[in-house]
This record gives sequence, C-alpha cells and structure tokens, in this order.
Amino acid sequence: MSVVELQNVSRWYGNVVAVNDISMSLQPGVTGLLGPNGAGKTTVLHMMAGFLAPSRGSVSVDGAPTWRNPAIYRQLGLVAEKEAVHGFLTARQFVVACAKMQKLPDAAAAADRALRLVEMTDAQDRRIETFSKGMRQRTRVAAALVHNPQVLLLDEPFNGMDPRQRMHMMELLHKLGDEGHTILFSSHILEEVEQLSGLVQVIVAGRLAASGDFRRIRRLMTNRPHVFAVQSSDDRRLAVALIGEKSVSGVEIEAGGLTVRASDYGSFTRALPRIALGEGIRLRRLLPSDESLESVFSYLLEA
Amino acid sequence: MSTVAYITVRGLFGRRRALLLLPLPLLVIGLALICRSVGVDADQWGQAVVQGLGLAVALPVISLIVGTGVLGSEVDDGTIVHILTKPLPRRDIIIAKLLVAAGVSAVTSAVPLFIAGVLADSVKFGLALSAAAAVGALAYSALFLLLSLVTRRPVLLGLVYILIWEGLLGRWVSGTRVLSIEQYVITIADKLAPTSMLAGKVSVPVAVVMALIFAIGGTLFAINRLGSFSVAGETS
Repeated sequence: MSVVELQNVSRWYGNVVAVNDISMSLQPGVTGLLGPNGAGKTTVLHMMAGFLAPSRGSVSVDGAPTWRNPAIYRQLGLVAEKEAVHGFLTARQFVVACAKMQKLPDAAAAADRALRLVEMTDAQDRRIETFSKGMRQRTRVAAALVHNPQVLLLDEPFNGMDPRQRMHMMELLHKLGDEGHTILFSSHILEEVEQLSGLVQVIVAGRLAASGDFRRIRRLMTNRPHVFAVQSSDDRRLAVALIGEKSVSGVEIEAGGLTVRASDYGSFTRALPRIALGEGIRLRRLLPSDESLESVFSYLLEA
Repeated sequence: MSTVAYITVRGLFGRRRALLLLPLPLLVIGLALICRSVGVDADQWGQAVVQGLGLAVALPVISLIVGTGVLGSEVDDGTIVHILTKPLPRRDIIIAKLLVAAGVSAVTSAVPLFIAGVLADSVKFGLALSAAAAVGALAYSALFLLLSLVTRRPVLLGLVYILIWEGLLGRWVSGTRVLSIEQYVITIADKLAPTSMLAGKVSVPVAVVMALIFAIGGTLFAINRLGSFSVAGETS
C-alpha cells in the first residue's frame, strides 16, 4: 500500500504559474485527475513521476521524494501521454527489456504476465511500429505494469483505444485498485472518470478546485440547488405540496414528471417521503439529476 | 551487454541514420586506394587523406552522428522516458550509451584510418592512427552525448564545434587548439608513429590530459544532467 503525497506544490515556468500551491494525498484505489486542457494535470503527473522538480513544496511516494530519486521506480509505473515507444522492438522484447531494467528475477515470466494482463499475447512478437494506437498504448501499459508497481500513474490512458479495449482497461485498473494499488489517471473525458472512479482530484487553472468523491463534493456545494427528477401517482398535487416546503426552491411540472430544485439536500430527501405520505401520493421515481460528474465539473469550472 | 546498451545498439542500427556512417570511411579508403594504385607518392596525398579527411572530418562527423544518435534521438522522440522510469543509476545509463557511441565511432573511423595509414606509410602508422582515433572517439562521444542533454540542437552545435572551432579557429588562432580534440588525436598518433604527414600542435601531456578531461568531465556532467532530466508537458 503506497501513498503519493503533494505538499504545497507549485511549479512555474518563468512568469507563468502552471501549478499553484496544490496539496493532495493519493491513497490506494483509483483516483481520476480531472481538469480542462492546460489546467496543469500533466505538470502534476510529471512531478509525481519524478520528471519535473516542483518550484516549491514537496512530492513524495511513501515519504521518499520523487525528484532525482530513481529508486522510486521500483514501486512506481508511468504511462506517459506521449506515445513514443521503441518501435524497432517487438512488444515482447520491449516488455522483457523493461523487466530486465527493473532487475526482476524472472524477466520473461513477468513480461508474459504483463502482456496477458493487457491482452497483447497474440501480437507480442510483432514489431511495435506495426501496431495501432490502441495496441501501442496497451504495450506501454504492460511495460509500466511489468514490475507490479504499487503506484501507477497514467496520463490519458484511454486515448486511441476502441470501446472494447477501453472497457477491458477500465476493468484492469479497477482490479488493480481493488488489490490495493494506488492508481491515478488523468482524463478530459468525464464519462471515463465517472465509470472508473468516484474519487477525483479536480484541477482548474493550476489550483486544486476539489478533491474526494464527486457525489460528496456535489452535496457540499450548498450554494447550488440540487436538482431531482420526481415521478408520482399525482405530480400536480405533489408539486403544490412541495412548494410549501422550506428546502424546496422551485418545482417545474413537465410531461414526464416533476423537476424539483432543493436548496438543502438532506432536508429535502427527509421531507419528501413525509409530504407524499401525508398527501397519500405514491412516489414512483426519485433521481438526483445533477449528481453526475459532468454537472459537478461544470459547477466547479463556473465557480 | 546491458539492456540499455542493447536497446541503444538496436536503435542506432535500426534507423536509416546508420547509413550515414558509410560514405566517409569509404571515401577515406577509396582515395587512399586510388592514390596508391596510380603510384602517387604518399608525401603528396598522405596528409590530405589521413589528416585532412580522416582525422579532421571522418572521425568527428562519425562521432557526431553516433554520439547524438544514442541519446539525442531518444530525447527527441520521448522514448528515453521508458529507460528513465527504471530504478537504474543515471551513471549506468550514460556509461552504457557512451560505450556504445565510443565503440561504434572508434570501429567505424579506426578501420578506414588503419587502411589509409598502412597504404600511406606502414602498419605501425596505421595502428597509431587507429589508437589515436579510439581516444578521439571516446572524447568526442562524451562531448556529443553531453550536448544531447544540454541543448535541443546537439547536431548543430556539434557541427559548429567541428567546423568553426576545430576547422577554422584551430587553424588560425593557436590558443583554441588546447580545446580541440582533433589536435589531441593528431599529437597522439604522431607520438606513437612519427611521420612527416602529421604535425601535432599541442604537447603530448596536454593532448592526453585534455582528452581525459573531455571524456571524464563530459561523462560526469552528462550523468548529472540526466539525473535532472525534465519532461515538459504537452498539455500543461
């Protein structure tokens, strides 16, 4: 079990501040690193991977600094965004070479295991330069996993993968996270992050805008009404009853039911069954409709 | 052979760039063979072919192609990340790459120089040229390896060193010769097998000590630079 820790980390290039006073702690499990393009995600990942010195603050894996410390690569694997691989090698030669450079006792067996994990066994004896983008990506993931690292950092890992490969990679990362590996992946595709991980670190304009489970983050945004889709046996009568409730700030009657805006998540969810029971109305559906990562993310960007 | 050296050799000979290593050695051998076969006196062609082409052009240019190829191309295309994300001391990576660069450059330039030396004078002269070329290949490789880590244009800077510093300034400004690997090579070859074809312009101790300073200093500096290797984010 490894912990990646950033403490008051800033990174600037001349007058441009790319990362501004970020502190975060990555625990075992899968965490998504989210942010618009240019927010500083790659800079954060590179600092975690020891490829960039923080201008201020410290970055460590289990207390050991990542900068100028090659020993951390025994427990850290990186899949960088840049696709470059030694194309003149076959996938197997490449992964075996990585295993040898990790000084693993049985490099061939470790390479076999890693190639199996990413489903590249059939194409392992082909030169990497003949691979599609997705196959290259999987080969790079195999190379990063060959020494079974406790920490795995992936920069846009699903780029170029087809839907089936993407699903397989998600399952793999889930499995590794469940086994206690600390996994951080960056993505600008919210759907991917939502499917893969509840935990997010959101970076906006170089600052850490939010950190934790995105549904909890949403609930902490008390200044934004929570939106619920409600269906009942009598929508119109329920709307009348709800508008008198203090925690409800608005109700819209639509063809498929009600859209209710509640200023307080807890009070509303406690009040709704009480009101429905009092009015003799049967509730058929209650769905928080803005708890998606997309809503949370757009609220954070607007903030 | 270490895995880093294996990947480096495969990378070096897997690229078309390796073909650039052929013309200069062939030119040195070809010119020496033609001059010898038509019976031209060695005093008339020896210096031009051995020193003017072999030591002043072939050796440094071959070392430049190889020296910047073993690391600079991996830095350029980003594949260096796969080597750097391993728990290898940066010293081992640089030394593996330096040995490959120096070895390939030494063999590629020493063989034609040996043949040209034998045709121009004697086997002893050929061996002296080969030994001096090996020393020069090591010093040049360390320098060009370092350039791959301190600049994004190592080939351009390397050419400036070879053409401007050694070729132009080295000829007219005597003080620059102390920092000219070409001059060390000439002096060492001349010391090992004195002939009228080569005239060393720096002393033997200066040549030996400075060649060592280039080789060791360049290597140590490169190790330090590789330890602080940074990757700039494309989207950051």
